Amino acid sequence: MEGYLVDIQHEKLSFFTPAGEVKALNDVSIRMKEGEVLGIVGESGSGKSVTAYSLMGLTADNGKILGGEVNFNGHRMDLMTEKEIRRIRGKEISIIFQDPMTSLNPVYTIGNQIEEAVMVHGDKTRAQAKERAKELLTLVGINEPDKRLRQYPHELSGGMRQRVMIAIALACEPKLLIADEPTTALDVTIQAQILELMNDLKNKLKMGIILITHDLGVVASMCDNIAVMYAGEIVEYGTTDDIFYNPQHEYTKGLLKSIPKFQEKEYSKLVPIEGQPVDLLNPPGGCPFAPRCDSCMKICLERKPGSTEFETVAQDSQNRFINGKHYSRCWLQEKKKFELNEGKEVVR
Amino acid sequence: MVKYIVKRVLFGVITAFVVASLTFFIMNLVPGGPFLAEKAVTPQAQAAMEAKYGLDKPLFVQYLTYMGDLLHGDMGMSLKKRGFTVNDIIRNKFPVSARLGGLAVLVAVFFGVPLGSVAAYHRGKIVDNIIIVFSTAGIAIPSFLSSTLLMYVLSVKLKLLPSLGLDDPVSYIMPVAALALYPTSYIARLMRSSMLDVIGQDYMRTARAKGVSTFKAIFKHALRNAILPVVTYLGPLLASLMTGSFIIEKIFTIPGLGHEFVSAIPSRDYPLIMGTTIFLACFIILMNVIVDIAYAFIDPRIKLK
Repeated sequence: MEGYLVDIQHEKLSFFTPAGEVKALNDVSIRMKEGEVLGIVGESGSGKSVTAYSLMGLTADNGKILGGEVNFNGHRMDLMTEKEIRRIRGKEISIIFQDPMTSLNPVYTIGNQIEEAVMVHGDKTRAQAKERAKELLTLVGINEPDKRLRQYPHELSGGMRQRVMIAIALACEPKLLIADEPTTALDVTIQAQILELMNDLKNKLKMGIILITHDLGVVASMCDNIAVMYAGEIVEYGTTDDIFYNPQHEYTKGLLKSIPKFQEKEYSKLVPIEGQPVDLLNPPGGCPFAPRCDSCMKICLERKPGSTEFETVAQDSQNRFINGKHYSRCWLQEKKKFELNEGKEVVR
Repeated sequence: MVKYIVKRVLFGVITAFVVASLTFFIMNLVPGGPFLAEKAVTPQAQAAMEAKYGLDKPLFVQYLTYMGDLLHGDMGMSLKKRGFTVNDIIRNKFPVSARLGGLAVLVAVFFGVPLGSVAAYHRGKIVDNIIIVFSTAGIAIPSFLSSTLLMYVLSVKLKLLPSLGLDDPVSYIMPVAALALYPTSYIARLMRSSMLDVIGQDYMRTARAKGVSTFKAIFKHALRNAILPVVTYLGPLLASLMTGSFIIEKIFTIPGLGHEFVSAIPSRDYPLIMGTTIFLACFIILMNVIVDIAYAFIDPRIKLK
């Protein structure tokens, strides 16, 4: 447990809705070192955001952590009261959201909102907070900070607002920044700028980042490690190179295949993953991906696969954050291991 | 901003003129006259009275005379309260009603806004249900019932408060409470529904993520966004409460403008009817301009043009 900034072990989380219990997270385990950039990818409803939100106690009221541990920077986040978590939120862990157009309060100035983030934790005076706000705006690449501080959110463009959101998130120099699809609502050129900014800040401030996205291009350019989520489970985890060059889970392979490629013929079709996402009200007994999997076997529908570890392909000495772990949860891998061991035992 | 205000005031003057003209003609269409009900009036005496106040002239001439005087700020003599001008009556009675109504509005905002906010924050919980029940009751109970109940319990039974007049500060409690019951309940309900909308907004999540306390999130971040419907309601509310309530003034024997307003009609006190109506119209127009200006201060996205 020590030495990790984030250590989530076997987390189970459900939302209790009028329609029944939605099992949003099923045995999710994530470890992150300080300064590491972890990408969480997966389709809508796979539990990416829920995992990150539960890390900072921002789960919706009807969500309950039913099992496991959520450790962050030495705090047991799942056992803390709202009041205790409030002291950590915004100070040690921050978040930026998907839609910068609606994430800022329309009736207060940019300055007011950044200064508030500075003053909530610590004992800075208003004047000091204002100085800090100017610093932050310069840091996130906004010119004329004095003028911007007096402006309202509706007077800024989407990209600018996302920069302001980042400034707010960085106000207290957090150890971990959660970026929940930070570029989804922005147009492409602005996306690139925001990603570049985040890359910059990562190197400057040495903070950990959890980047939640369904854009594989985004994670490839930024992340040290990637967790692929499906139906509330991490189906594959590995270094960025592992995931892109040696994917093991059928879902990961499908995701990679579905990326449009520029080299191919002009009229070649996109390759989708057939079928529908899992209904989390009644998740299937076996592997959640089995109903959509081309290589589905009988056992896949009946029992959940354990995780299988692989050699990690990335031996990149420059990248000191690599955990050097690569595992996936798939019966095909277990079968391979079984065959390699000449039928002696299933290695879990 | 200045241009906007000038424009609104000009439109206001036109509206007031239309209101005054309509009232004048409709009032004169109603059968009866100011001197008919009085006993033992000979036809000669009645004719003399009518001649004195210019009521014998053709209606249109009366209208022109009245409007001419009105432009000079003179609303004429009361026909029933001999020796008092309408200006005097409004000048004497309005402050009484205004103080009472203003206090009632303050009370309504002071209680309604937090109650609605708290109810929204605890949606579906017991606190919310209690506030909903009481605010529904507050809207449904007519003021004559609530004021007589208050009077019965606090004055007659417990002998805590005086039942009549406005002689000392304590005597304001009951009429203000009776006046404020409806608007408090209404504001609480308005506030609850707009607050519910705001609480679900993304920027509220941002506030939580910053580590802001619940109290500050609600009363700083949500309140200013959620209060617009209440401000809209406050304009007409201020106008109607500050110009006096006939029922409350009658029950608590308060010498206010609301009483004059209503009693002028059956007695056909033409100048007083005109005066009070025009006064109320101008007050409502003024309040609406103030509300629109307040909008721009509360929400920077609203531009006055």
